[in-house]
Amino acid sequence: MHPAYSVIFFTSSSGAGYGALIWLAVFAITGAVVPDTVSGLAVFAVALGLVTAGLLSSTFHLGHPERAWRAISQWRTSWLSREGVAALATYIPVLLFALGWILFESHDGGWRIAAVVSALAAAVTVGCTGMIYASLRAIPRWTDATVVPVYLAFALASGGALAFAILAFFTPMSSVWALAVAAVIAAAWALKFLYWRRIDNAAPVATAESATGLGHIGKVRLFEAPHTGENYIMREMGYRVARKHAARLRLIAALVGGAVPAICFLACAALNGVLVPLLAAIGFAALATGVLVERWLFFAEAEHASMLYYGRSAV
Amino acid sequence: MTGLPENAAAKKLGLVIDLDICVGCHACAVNCKEWNDGGHSAPLTDEEPYGPDPLGVWFNRIHTYEAGDGPDGRTVHFPRSCLHCEEPACVTVCPTGASYKRAADGIVLVNADTCIGCKLCSWACPYGAREYDYADGVMKKCTLCIDRIENRNLPAEDRVPACVSTCPASARHFGDLGDPQSDVSRLVAERGGYALMPEMELKPVNRYLPPRAPADAPASTATAPAAPPVTDETTARAPAGGTGSRFLDWVDRTLSR
Repeated sequence: MHPAYSVIFFTSSSGAGYGALIWLAVFAITGAVVPDTVSGLAVFAVALGLVTAGLLSSTFHLGHPERAWRAISQWRTSWLSREGVAALATYIPVLLFALGWILFESHDGGWRIAAVVSALAAAVTVGCTGMIYASLRAIPRWTDATVVPVYLAFALASGGALAFAILAFFTPMSSVWALAVAAVIAAAWALKFLYWRRIDNAAPVATAESATGLGHIGKVRLFEAPHTGENYIMREMGYRVARKHAARLRLIAALVGGAVPAICFLACAALNGVLVPLLAAIGFAALATGVLVERWLFFAEAEHASMLYYGRSAV
Repeated sequence: MTGLPENAAAKKLGLVIDLDICVGCHACAVNCKEWNDGGHSAPLTDEEPYGPDPLGVWFNRIHTYEAGDGPDGRTVHFPRSCLHCEEPACVTVCPTGASYKRAADGIVLVNADTCIGCKLCSWACPYGAREYDYADGVMKKCTLCIDRIENRNLPAEDRVPACVSTCPASARHFGDLGDPQSDVSRLVAERGGYALMPEMELKPVNRYLPPRAPADAPASTATAPAAPPVTDETTARAPAGGTGSRFLDWVDRTLSR
């Protein structure tokens, strides 16, 4: 699949934002941070900013952005529509949660409920994003059972790194949370490696023979394409990354987005003072870079069944 | 609504394409483009049609495949367009309701006035049947020529899709595949018509009739001169991969050393 930058940016950016909101709720419920106006403003501005920037990016990527409101109507059947509904609905509890933190400097009572609902809504939204891809049978590797967990895990990992880094600037964070973030980062990459192993070893779902129905004659090969140039389908679905390059990119992504931030957060757990927010920020930046590469690969490596008509032998 | 029709009629309009007699002339694709450029989903925008990289929207494209090897191998011309699936994923993934399946006859259409151009439907279609119009910012696809098949301004015999009306070999047939007594259904039953990629579980309506095996082909009634028999002499002179000339074969062997 063509790795469109708008979709890569949207899923990574809003994923980190929603993940951060989940961690903020956990911090609030467990009393890990004392709510105060300044830290609240900073952390909610960044988290909601990332979420909103991602949503706007995906909206402006549409052929008709002015019609985007129509996309919330078909939640009965469409995961994209469900994602839209969930994304908009999430703003309500999150704004309440933010109001309590920033204006009333409280995590108690009703504000606590807003925090819980925020976390659930954010998780549901990320889950819907994953399901958009996981529900497409035409791209067989995306239907793998690890796709949605990977989306959730990277949202939690990047969101955790982000929330920790920002809050650590204002208040000392317990080393338990640094360890927790490191553990989630490790878990996300473990899931990703599992996804890669599964897609590398997956049996083909469809073949040029089943696509044309000519398998009873023998092996099917494209003799002549319908046209000498490109078309929309070839542009959108025909992108292919060399296996050699993909293997190298996987390694780079895991080192930059996995090893570096994991070490940073382990160091955060061991250290005190100004080094903690600094290392956490470096860790988040590295993780975000790794996630962008990982997301690029998610699209670039995926093979679409329609390419069977254009010369691929199996997907 | 992008939900599939709940009380769908039994009627399933679709195409039956005979791969045995398709000659790969592309006339159906050209006439499709011609008609639909002024039809329901008009225009079928072409970008830089005379430039080095022309790009345009077509609802029907003709591929040519080789199947099998040696004497049993075949070259098969293969027209590909929307299959008007009974359970189309392109419809259910649509977030706006612009993509829909008509309850009355099962035709899958796009409402260009409500399509937001998110392209998800084209991702959901394993057949590559939907093409995005970059100029209009909406998705376009085969309409089964709804503006012909229901058009009372046309003579009755012309109320078929443009691709069907133009096929010089009569390799394309249009009708109700939900009615077992229809001409197209009987043709499918008689010739072993099949659906493409059934493993995708979208239940395509269109059917393809397989190329006949050489032995099953009806005996030629034409008065074409018989091909000269292949003798041992001619085969001996043209070894596999050779040029047919002893001298050139010797050159080839020498240079290949």
